[in-house]
Amino acid sequence: MLLDSLFNGVAIGSVLLVAALGLAIVFGLMGVINLAHGELMMLGAYTTYVTQLIFKLPLLKPYYNAYVIVSIFVAFIVSGVVGILLEKTVIRKLYGSPLETLLATWGVSLILQQFVRSIPLAYGTGLVISLIIGLFLPSVFSSKVKESINFKYVKFSSWIIAALAGVLSGNLISSSVSKLSRASARNVDVTAPSWMRGQVEILGTAFPKTRLMIIIITLISVIAITLFLNQSAWGMRIRAVTQNREMSDCLGISTEKVDVLTFGIGSGLAGVAGVAVSLLGSVGPNVGGNYIVGCFMVVVLGGVGNLLGTIFASFGIGIMTDLIGAGRLLSIWPDMPLPLSNTVNFFATTSMARVMIFALIVIFLQFKPTGLFPQKGRMVEN
Amino acid sequence: MGQLPNLNEFMRISRRILAGLATASLAVSVTSCGGGSDTSGSFDDTVTVGILHSLSGTMAISESTLVDTEKMAIAEINAAGGVTVGGKSYKIEYIVEDGASDWPTFAEKSKKLIDQDGVPVVFGGWTSASRKAMLPVYESKDAFLYYPIQYEAQECSNNIFYTGASPNQQSEPATDFMYKRSPAAGKPFFLVGSDYVFPRTSNTITKEQLKSLGGKVVGEDYLPLGNTEVAPIISKIKKALAPSGGGVIINTLNGDQNVAFFKQIQDAGITPSNGYYVMNYSIAEEEISTIGPEFLEGHYGAWNYMMSIDTPESKKFAADFKALYGSDRVVADPQESAYNMVYLWKQAVEDAGTFENSAVREALVGQTFDAPQGPVEVMPNHHLAQTVRIGLIKPEGGFEILEETDGVVFPQAWNQFEPSSKGYACDWTDPSKGERYKL
Repeated sequence: MLLDSLFNGVAIGSVLLVAALGLAIVFGLMGVINLAHGELMMLGAYTTYVTQLIFKLPLLKPYYNAYVIVSIFVAFIVSGVVGILLEKTVIRKLYGSPLETLLATWGVSLILQQFVRSIPLAYGTGLVISLIIGLFLPSVFSSKVKESINFKYVKFSSWIIAALAGVLSGNLISSSVSKLSRASARNVDVTAPSWMRGQVEILGTAFPKTRLMIIIITLISVIAITLFLNQSAWGMRIRAVTQNREMSDCLGISTEKVDVLTFGIGSGLAGVAGVAVSLLGSVGPNVGGNYIVGCFMVVVLGGVGNLLGTIFASFGIGIMTDLIGAGRLLSIWPDMPLPLSNTVNFFATTSMARVMIFALIVIFLQFKPTGLFPQKGRMVEN
Repeated sequence: MGQLPNLNEFMRISRRILAGLATASLAVSVTSCGGGSDTSGSFDDTVTVGILHSLSGTMAISESTLVDTEKMAIAEINAAGGVTVGGKSYKIEYIVEDGASDWPTFAEKSKKLIDQDGVPVVFGGWTSASRKAMLPVYESKDAFLYYPIQYEAQECSNNIFYTGASPNQQSEPATDFMYKRSPAAGKPFFLVGSDYVFPRTSNTITKEQLKSLGGKVVGEDYLPLGNTEVAPIISKIKKALAPSGGGVIINTLNGDQNVAFFKQIQDAGITPSNGYYVMNYSIAEEEISTIGPEFLEGHYGAWNYMMSIDTPESKKFAADFKALYGSDRVVADPQESAYNMVYLWKQAVEDAGTFENSAVREALVGQTFDAPQGPVEVMPNHHLAQTVRIGLIKPEGGFEILEETDGVVFPQAWNQFEPSSKGYACDWTDPSKGERYKL
């Protein structure tokens, strides 16, 4: 009983956490209010769908069972690249003006939603492929080529190659997978491979396998991102820039590169969240919008700029949702006095539990406006 | 200050461009009109009707299928010579407006269709919220809306014609079946729905009905629209139904929330093989293919029309639709309703001999039509008497029809299980009775 409750709480919390992790980096570390975060998740979810269909082709059919694993990496790259493009074209110009960023990213979210509705997924995939090639092809050349005057042309021609590759792959996919060749606003469905369906029994209680998979994805993402931020050289640079941008600039850290990288990683994590979310429900243009409020809630509650806070906040909300929404308080304490048990019963529905949790968060933030784990020390912004 | 003349200049240029565009498009439309009348020269005149569904936003997926069906019905009528009124044949033309899944927009577009375009009838709506938003517009302008979706009833407007099922034509026979004749007969019920007017009203009726049958409702929960986190609901279902070894789940979830629900209940072991049976009121052929039959296999649905009905009318309806829109498309109950209402309007107009609303409204009551589901008849309460069917969802998709009522079930606008409306009925043919009178 208690194990079941704890598992449910952790399961709900891990969906929130994986969705909010990317935002914790983009909003928490960089201070960018990215309303398109949900749509980057949506791209991840669609990537899972496309990967699933491609793995149904005869060539890849033997490896079909592994498609979810593959799509985690593919989704990270796809959403990351779109995020990098977003940073380079829109957000870079708007650093330091949060209201404009908010409006611009909201616009981007609408564009992305309409994009998946009206462009056939095959050509969308082609476009993403050409973006990936275009952004990364110039960086494979040695520094000698880069220093020469003609590098401008090299860069230009690599975009031509990228465009060609995009058109080619788009047509290839659209001719081999008929489901992707037509634009459709219809929600699509990701079916988990058979080894991920059903339940597994641990300590006498049955747990759904997809939920376990999401918990594992979340765990790996959290560990990987913590290691990256704390152990790697680039992670150190990111932390340095977040703490004091000008000083880091003076010390020779390319803040521009750090911004691109941070935003890219945050967006990539949104893509991973998209994979997780696609295992639970259907994939549609609005899938990201359903999560964006929850994401911001988690990050704000946890304390901006703190990963640990995000982790605690999402599991806290998850366990509270389960305790209130599933009416578990009553079964833990069955002989509650009548007025109290009536109140508990009233809130023991999914919609009322949500109301209750929002109310609790609002009250909590009244007393601790900076969240669970506020960042200590002098922020560069003030 | 320097910007002002620039702006004026810009306005002047853009106005000129606009004027140019307008003339150009006028020329195009004139030629296209000319082209049109060549092929359809046999008509004396045209009549323009309004079609108002969501073509964008969340509801677009469902509502666009209705637009397709209504266009098909209109094309069929036109091919058969159009509408004949007062000895003149009219070709039906239509204006499609987008309700954009936004309820106030439905009211606004209704006003536009009635006042600006002067259409005699509007075919439109899907959600109850959109209908509730449109109702005052049609009542104040004395216009007429034809509404094709199964709904919670407890409403009876003189200005709306409801061709979908009322609760006693869907949920009541379905509850009866689940309680008495399903594999889970006699077991307790759990009610799950999206959090808005239809599921809540429908479940109130189900609860009252089960009370009178002697059945037990052990739980009820509503998921806020857009929310797909069903884990708390699943643990509640297990807690409530597991002691009796399974039971019946009545599902009124909407749209893609169903996908999350069915994926996750299957993972949690809430399946027919474990004794849990779900009766669905919002899942038709279209939804079965999007959710995936592997998740729905062995559960139930209740509708007036099912694609697997084995009659020539039903097969022709499905075949015509596929021929027009692609072999992968399916037809379902809401589409059949939409199809019927176009034909019923045509018949009523021909009987009335005019497009004028009050005469058509009078002629409408009593109209019969050999619909794809079988014969239907318009009743004095502006609802449709129709057959009810219970179907089992097949592993390959679609329904296997288990039961169908003997003949039509008469619609009740005011529910007879719900205490607040018990003993009331609606009759628009008798001025002394009207919207709500005591039986």
